[in-house]
Amino acid sequence: MKRTLLFSFLLGTSLATAALAASHMKDGVALADEQVFTYRVLDDIKSFDPQINTDVDGSGVLRDLFEGLFNDDAIGDQVPGAAKGYTLSEDKKTYTFTLRDAKWSNGTPVKASDFVYAWRRLVDPATASEYAWYMELMGVTNASAVTKGELPPEELGVTALDDKTLQVTIDQPLPYFISMLTHSSTFPVPQAVVEELGDQWTRPGNLVGNGAYVLTEYQPGERVVRERNPEYWNNDETIIDKTVALIINDENQALTRYLADELDKTDVPAGQYPRLKAEYPEEAYSFPRSCSYIYFFNMGENGPEYLKDVRVRKALSYAIDRDIIVERILQGGQYPSYNFTHQATAGFKLPPIEWAEWTQAERNEKAKALLAEAGYGKDNPLKVTINYNTDEGHKKIAIAASQFWKQTLGVETELANYEWKVHTDKMQKGDYEIGRYAWCGDYNEASTYLDLMTSYSGHNNAKYSDPEYDRLMAESKTMADPQPNYTAAEAMLAEAMPFAPIYQYTGVIMLKPEAKGWPVENLMQNWYSRDLYITAE
Amino acid sequence: MFNFILKRLAVAVPTLLILIILSYVLMHAAPGGPFTQERAVPPEIMANLEAKYGLNQPLWKQILTYVTDVTTRFDFGPSFVYKDRSVNEIIAQGFPITLTYGTISFVVAVLAGCTLGVLAAVYHNSWLDYLAVGISVGAQVLPNFVMAPILVLVFTLWLGWLPGGGWQGGEWQFLVMPVIALSTSFMASIARITRSSMLEVLNANHIRTARAKGLPTRRVILRHALKPALLPVISYLGPAFVTMITGSVVIDMFFSTGGIGLFFVNAALNRDYSVMMGITILVGGLTIIFNLVVDILYAWIDPKIRY
Amino acid sequence: MIIEKEKMTSLADRLVEQEVKGRSPWTDARKRFLRNRAAMAGLVVLVLVLIFAATGPFLARFSIDEIDFMIIGQVAELGGPSFETGHYFGTDDLGRDLFARVVQGTQVSLMVGIVGAGIAVIAGTLYGAVAGYAGGALDNLMMRAVDILMAIPYMFVLILLLVIFGRSIGMLFVGIGLLSWLDMSRIVRGQTLSLKNKEFIEAARATGVSGFRIIIRHIVPNLLGVVAVYATLLVPLMILTESFISFLGLGVQEPLTSWGALISEGAGTMQYGTLWQLAFPLFFFVITLFGFFFVGDGLRDALDPKDR
Repeated sequence: MKRTLLFSFLLGTSLATAALAASHMKDGVALADEQVFTYRVLDDIKSFDPQINTDVDGSGVLRDLFEGLFNDDAIGDQVPGAAKGYTLSEDKKTYTFTLRDAKWSNGTPVKASDFVYAWRRLVDPATASEYAWYMELMGVTNASAVTKGELPPEELGVTALDDKTLQVTIDQPLPYFISMLTHSSTFPVPQAVVEELGDQWTRPGNLVGNGAYVLTEYQPGERVVRERNPEYWNNDETIIDKTVALIINDENQALTRYLADELDKTDVPAGQYPRLKAEYPEEAYSFPRSCSYIYFFNMGENGPEYLKDVRVRKALSYAIDRDIIVERILQGGQYPSYNFTHQATAGFKLPPIEWAEWTQAERNEKAKALLAEAGYGKDNPLKVTINYNTDEGHKKIAIAASQFWKQTLGVETELANYEWKVHTDKMQKGDYEIGRYAWCGDYNEASTYLDLMTSYSGHNNAKYSDPEYDRLMAESKTMADPQPNYTAAEAMLAEAMPFAPIYQYTGVIMLKPEAKGWPVENLMQNWYSRDLYITAE
Repeated sequence: MFNFILKRLAVAVPTLLILIILSYVLMHAAPGGPFTQERAVPPEIMANLEAKYGLNQPLWKQILTYVTDVTTRFDFGPSFVYKDRSVNEIIAQGFPITLTYGTISFVVAVLAGCTLGVLAAVYHNSWLDYLAVGISVGAQVLPNFVMAPILVLVFTLWLGWLPGGGWQGGEWQFLVMPVIALSTSFMASIARITRSSMLEVLNANHIRTARAKGLPTRRVILRHALKPALLPVISYLGPAFVTMITGSVVIDMFFSTGGIGLFFVNAALNRDYSVMMGITILVGGLTIIFNLVVDILYAWIDPKIRY
Repeated sequence: MIIEKEKMTSLADRLVEQEVKGRSPWTDARKRFLRNRAAMAGLVVLVLVLIFAATGPFLARFSIDEIDFMIIGQVAELGGPSFETGHYFGTDDLGRDLFARVVQGTQVSLMVGIVGAGIAVIAGTLYGAVAGYAGGALDNLMMRAVDILMAIPYMFVLILLLVIFGRSIGMLFVGIGLLSWLDMSRIVRGQTLSLKNKEFIEAARATGVSGFRIIIRHIVPNLLGVVAVYATLLVPLMILTESFISFLGLGVQEPLTSWGALISEGAGTMQYGTLWQLAFPLFFFVITLFGFFFVGDGLRDALDPKDR
């Protein structure tokens, strides 16, 4: 009798729990009572100011604290954020956005003038934002003149027609303009608060945002905590109550703490993915991420003579066994790369690249022949230097490349490891021979990569210059379908080989099985805490 | 004595000045600046940035402005990289943390080290002595960047007793591993010094006499032997304190404690001129003060020393 | 880890005292050193490590930078220590032979330690002797400079130097050497002061020997014992400093390596089933430091016995 009572009691409680949990459901899965998401970031967050921030982890925090006109959805398409919608003028140069009724976290309404204020702030020389060029990239009228101090910020092509209507004029039609609006540099800031508090406005407690979360705690070098913003317009749909970013410098340490259940998400150290995937099949993820890893060949005037010979550049590039780099060194599902643009980029069609189709043995043969043709051989060995910045992964790839070149081509390689700032400085001054470089797309379209190699680009460290290439890229800006030009541009790069493509990135992470909603299909990896949720175990 | 202190303080001023100028010039001579990024900042934006942070001035003028700001207003300027915050704020936030775990490690190291050293000396050539010597030599040579990950592996992952990092205002769970990792090598050094000087003192005539007279060993040691034996330890405390701050680099890196050690290394690597300067001056000043305190302490304990 | 100043001063005093009495401190010292078991063990270990560093390259079946493409990518499974594969110590993460790399790292670390200590000792001795011998305003100036330098947080300056001038073995020597000549210079100055009024120096001066020659010929030789002990104890300090610098990623350039670089790589991957990558370099590192320690202590005790 007693036993039955106990049993029914147990049954009763479990039913009650189930009923409680039922109110906490997402896609038919019960949610955990505690909705806290904890993840690792490498370095301290450098700024909580949307117009000052420059790094990826900072953007991740800013996307929670603020909301731009548009957001990314789970697969990287743009969905309305602070804007309800927009109209585009006939000449495709004027965008008129209608803002939704939303509030700042202090309860005041978000106005179009806040956007105007923020955008002017980005280009205003007084702000001295390192990302002021983003507004130029968007093609907003007068952006460049304002940055140079030639025109006052008021002349920037953005106006508030009324509290809820924002008008933006751009210099020429830009097919991917909307996709650029998810970038944190374009997020609005509350004019009244910024003006009142000055440089104190980003402190926890002071910071007012229009995002789904507010900044509640910031311990430099330790943690950043943001909690649900009840004023957010879509607060009802938000599930995670609190997101904690832990600053952990050492990736192995971070993995240990993940395994000790202190983190819900962390990065996988290079080479550890296969082991972790075997051991934790439901937690290890690898998905494409919009970055491309290359070795620049310095073709500029400061560059070495040998790199001015296309045969040498091709030989060096061919002889790198990308399969070994990807499958044996990185081991995180990265793509061996034979072109520049990340192959998963929206709308991008990989051109047929001849040398990509060959086997490595064929590439090696070809490389040997080319190098011999260029006049290098046993009695006249080629000597090269690879510059790379301090990092375990860069080091391994550089060592592997030097071995490929030594074993296949008899090339002697000197490895020159510099710390980050020195490396970057040398690359930009053209003071290098072969240099490691990685480019991450600003938006999900091929031109974010291909513009880099134009002769007028500030990032073209190879100093590659071809008027035909410049023409292709300039033309693509106004084309209804620029893809053929992109394909042609890639074909030109494959012929001129101003850099050796190495691999294209994947995001390789560990994510707890209870943590759901990470946008693995978003190439740009623009994630939002409000899309995540923790299921009950 | 008073004169001596004055003299030492007088040396401190040029020392700090030289330190400032040296670091400033070195820092600016380094390739790359605080705004060097993978994607080159266009020249017009660079000009805006340099204007904002006063980097467009000639170097001597920058140094002059800097020294004036520091001396007159105690203002170390804004950080060039953590742009929301000033150097004063970064130090005010990070230094107490470093100081907390540094001081605790220091105390632990001194207490444990002295005890170990005294025991080893008193029970000279016993198993206790060998054990103490073994521990101290071993602990001295095991780098703390090896010890830190081992500690986390054992206490966090395997045993689940302690959190793997963080600070949380300095609760004890977060202090244990940093203190162990930071204090062991100092403890070992102190134990070694204590042991050898204690041995020496125990062999000295007046101690032998006292023991021969039949005074209990414990009393002889506490009353007569301990003070002279600990003298050499004191002169070691100055450098030890500074090394402790250097050691905090590893602690901050592995335990996410948020102290100034990691801020310094990152500032040097990121060319965050002002943060780098601020921390260098802080540590330089502390070194001077600590060396002074040690000298005074020394003179106070050992009246034979005159300055 | 530190060098005890008191003991060094006491040692220096004693050596000078003996010299003045006209008795060589070395004959008795050798006997005492040979009787010290710990010191002898340390010496044997050091000799073995030296032999390892010297003969290792002939025993290694691979060069330091050669990647074993059979192993890379499956290091945890295939890269362990084995005589069959010829990787006696296993391989590193890239499939490079760890034996060859440990041998090479040993050479670099020993060189950093010995050259660094050498620079410190030579600079410190000369500086201290010059200051002490010259006396007066120059002495005052030189010693105030030492006071000032003593207050500089060295590790910080070293990091700056490596950041600014780029990483190279040369810079490492200079930087590390700069670290520790200050204490030495103080001790030497003190001894020079007490030596300089002794008769044999006065005699030399009277015959017109130049100041520099007096320092080199008469003062420095009398400090040889201190120099030897100090140098032996400095070597492990230098090696430790180098390992910290390597841990920060500012050490020697690939494909060269050092104990510090190998240990820090090994420590990073120790939970991934490749423990040998930590164990072998750490073993050599630890026994060598032990060796220098015991030899240095033994040498000092031999030269400055407390039961005098």
